[in-house]
Amino acid sequence: MLRLEKLVKTYKTGDQALQAVDMDIPEGQVLALIGPSGAGKSTLIRCINRLVEPTSGKVYLGDIELTGLSSGSLRRERRRMGMIFQEYALVERLTVMENVLSGRLGYVGFWRSFLRRFPQSDVDEAFRLLDRVGLAHMADKRADELSGGQRQRVGICRALIQNPALLLVDEPTASLDPKTSRQIMRLICELCKERGLAAIINIHDVALAQMFVQRVIGLRLGAIEFDGPPEGLTPDVLTTIYGEEDWEATIESVDEEDEVVAQ
Amino acid sequence: MSEAAFNVQTKMGKPWKKPPFVQRKWLRLILLVGIVAYLIAAYMTIDVNWSRVYQGLERGKKFVMAFTNPDFTTRSTDIWEGMFESIIMTVASSVVGIAISIPIALGAARNVAPLSVYLICRGIIAISRALQEIIVAILLVAIFGFGPLAGFLTLSFATIGFLSKLLAEDIESMDRAQAEAIKASGARWMQWVNYGVQPQVMPRLIGLSIYRLDINFRESAILGLVGAGGIGATLNTAFDRYEYDTAAAILIIIIVIVMALEYLSGVVRARVQ
Repeated sequence: MLRLEKLVKTYKTGDQALQAVDMDIPEGQVLALIGPSGAGKSTLIRCINRLVEPTSGKVYLGDIELTGLSSGSLRRERRRMGMIFQEYALVERLTVMENVLSGRLGYVGFWRSFLRRFPQSDVDEAFRLLDRVGLAHMADKRADELSGGQRQRVGICRALIQNPALLLVDEPTASLDPKTSRQIMRLICELCKERGLAAIINIHDVALAQMFVQRVIGLRLGAIEFDGPPEGLTPDVLTTIYGEEDWEATIESVDEEDEVVAQ
Repeated sequence: MSEAAFNVQTKMGKPWKKPPFVQRKWLRLILLVGIVAYLIAAYMTIDVNWSRVYQGLERGKKFVMAFTNPDFTTRSTDIWEGMFESIIMTVASSVVGIAISIPIALGAARNVAPLSVYLICRGIIAISRALQEIIVAILLVAIFGFGPLAGFLTLSFATIGFLSKLLAEDIESMDRAQAEAIKASGARWMQWVNYGVQPQVMPRLIGLSIYRLDINFRESAILGLVGAGGIGATLNTAFDRYEYDTAAAILIIIIVIVMALEYLSGVVRARVQ
């Protein structure tokens, strides 16, 4: 469903963030992208929806080559890719509802969005999604009044209301406590399953990734070092991705920790 | 100093001081002596004619005394006409100036506009800021004749330089992630500005607008001196006739209005945060 071919990104400073990355993600697969800081995880998912322009290589979403699109067609294709951000990236001075509805901007005209007159179906869907993540009662609150976990749930609603085929998730749990992190990861994975969405989740918490996803890709210095099921992440593999460390504790913790009851 | 050569023992038991801004000691000394010498030299060039000051004190006293009995009534028609003209000039020039400033500010923000647009908008701002209000007013009075039209155009022009520059700086320092998130949803450029940029800069825009309204009102009093209409013209006439009591009345009204605007801006800014 999503295919990357020899994707290269070289920044103006000369840093090679991505070196000819090939990747193929089937329909409905949730994939975790792990790797140390600076490995190119964020660059990779931003090259897919071209928030960062790739230097060379191709990205296919379904049959459409995203890398060759004009800005107008790119805008239309971006609607099919929902994005969830590190630090939530909600527009803080807008209400929760406006933030969720901003996911529909690609579908409505300027004046409708300017006057906040979204189609009834969009408003209904926004309330359904907010209710699904347990925040329907917060719709008229300003986004900066919410806690971190609540904000990230609004971020999830904003991505889902686009009715995407693919979710691009950038460090969704980076600034959340361990319990909220798990709840957010569980929510994302559940919603992907419900809707048959494929997802790429950038995550630096290896144990958390192993708990929730079907496939893990390890990135190091812009190249894929590992691609396989979460069980394949042995200490040796982690050492090739991250460098020398004692990995036993990281891996064991997955089996020992009990599931936290979700809300 | 390399990490290996650093011996922490040499630092023990000694007080720690912040490294000085200028590292070289001799340069520091020269700069200090230079500044002091300059201040002394500058002070010496100020030539005060004390006998002239003494004569002027009498007129100054009259002027100050006039504030104890300001005369609002004798020239009340002139005062209200001038005031009315000033207020219209202020409001009209602020509205027009702000309306023009917003697109220019967007163009002058490097993270929003491409380089070519950026350079053009920065150019407009530079021109507007380089020309002082009085100079613009003199030029426009020469073109459009005496009266508030010249004043209105001057203040609109000055508002563009002020507001665009400060708003552009606020846009440039906005949170990129929030704007990026809107872009990722497939929003059009205008929608992106409306949802991703505008909410972030709105408090600053409102604060600056009210501040500019305040400045424009004060400027409108000055512009009258060069014939650009408004309360300044009335004030100038009062001074020319040595009617200090009327002048005092005008100044008191200006002060009250500026204070009211100051208070208003405080209230509004607190609300839009």
